[in-house]
Amino acid sequence: MAHGVNLLIGTKKGVFILDGDGRRTSWSLRGPFCESWPINHVVADPAAGTIYGGGGNEWFGPAVWKSTDKGRTWSHSSEGLAYAAGKDPIKSVWSLARRNGHLYAGVEPAGLFRSDDDGQTWRHASGLQDHPSRPEWRPGGGGLILHTIIPHPNDENQVWVAISTGGVFYTADGGKTWEPRNKGTRNDYNPEGQRYPEYGQCVHSLAIAAGMPERLYQQNHCGMYRSEDGGKSWTSIEAGLPSTFGFPAAAHPRDPNTLYLVPLNGDVLGRFVPDGKMAVWRTRDGGRTWQDLRAGLPQENAYLSVLRQAMATDSRDPAGLYFGTTSGSLFASIDEGDTWDCIAQHLPIITSVETFSTGS
Amino acid sequence: MQRRGVAPALVTVLLPPALVALFPGSQAEVEVTASNVDDMIDALNDRWHGMRDRLCDSTPSIRRHINIFVDGERAALQTPLAPGTQVYVLTAMSGG
Repeated sequence: MAHGVNLLIGTKKGVFILDGDGRRTSWSLRGPFCESWPINHVVADPAAGTIYGGGGNEWFGPAVWKSTDKGRTWSHSSEGLAYAAGKDPIKSVWSLARRNGHLYAGVEPAGLFRSDDDGQTWRHASGLQDHPSRPEWRPGGGGLILHTIIPHPNDENQVWVAISTGGVFYTADGGKTWEPRNKGTRNDYNPEGQRYPEYGQCVHSLAIAAGMPERLYQQNHCGMYRSEDGGKSWTSIEAGLPSTFGFPAAAHPRDPNTLYLVPLNGDVLGRFVPDGKMAVWRTRDGGRTWQDLRAGLPQENAYLSVLRQAMATDSRDPAGLYFGTTSGSLFASIDEGDTWDCIAQHLPIITSVETFSTGS
Repeated sequence: MQRRGVAPALVTVLLPPALVALFPGSQAEVEVTASNVDDMIDALNDRWHGMRDRLCDSTPSIRRHINIFVDGERAALQTPLAPGTQVYVLTAMSGG
């Protein structure tokens, strides 16, 4: 019998976990955890069964929470998760990634931290902030946040990060030095003639293609893109989509040509799905053509938004796809997006969705 | 003449429920020996590791939405503590 799938849900008021059965058709909700702190990202280490939640509380500041018993009990730490005295203090943890024994945390104001002791203590990977572009990074609507961390699947020295607004940065030496990787991504907010800068773009999310670590996908404030060279250059893949604006990008767990996006109606008209009709858009050919997926999703008066970390796939075959909305609904598809069900609603604002398999 | 509060003093600290909930085994009322608020937070951190990070940011100062009152006045890290003082640690009114 197949293992169950667990959905890790970060919200503005704590972590929730949806436990699914082996068929992914029956779900039960647990939570809120983490003392109902605002939690921006929840990830799991499936090998160890450990769950980590990164966030920040207005009273008590930033922390990474951890559970080693599948979410039943939690502890927190922020030891070392701090900039030097006199600098703007960290407000919140925005993104987490676990790879090769390292736990990475992206924070606001934008910076990268690493823990080598399973989240007990943290060390600033200061090379990123030493980049000469740092004084020109500017906060976007969500703040100056490092919101995406993609460790290379086979080389622990290579990491991509995404900063709003600073752009995509890449290191090949474990974080000592970084280079911007934004060539070909547009910044519509710059004057004409300056719309393709070296850095400063408002990247919204990144995804890495399965089995092709040089292929990256990007949802930007201004367009959707694919890179075939680890982000050195980007090609627009927005033709055929209803807008150039959205937040999440979720890659298929096995097929490098399949990507899912949620285009919204632009950045000035409410940032919800076009015409109040919910759709996830799927490409099967690396972004050359797109198909809108609507079966089972609300098609009337649905003024829904999906935030940058709030869509994820599972590792099953066929792949499951899940997204959470700012209005607290969780939708699931167990047939790669063809059909959908609402499996939870009335949750707080959903900031992130990730999956892991029980027992895997 | 010795400046008031420079010598370590036994004080009573009253902690807010939202903070106590973060540290298993902690309690809402605790006695510590400290000469000022900074020392007091160190003493709390010695008992419940990590509590300093919850009360202070890295600038370093008391967090913006944490209020610490000494003798009815909002205190800073260097505010001295006299023997017998009751120190109130309060979460500010905020939310949404």
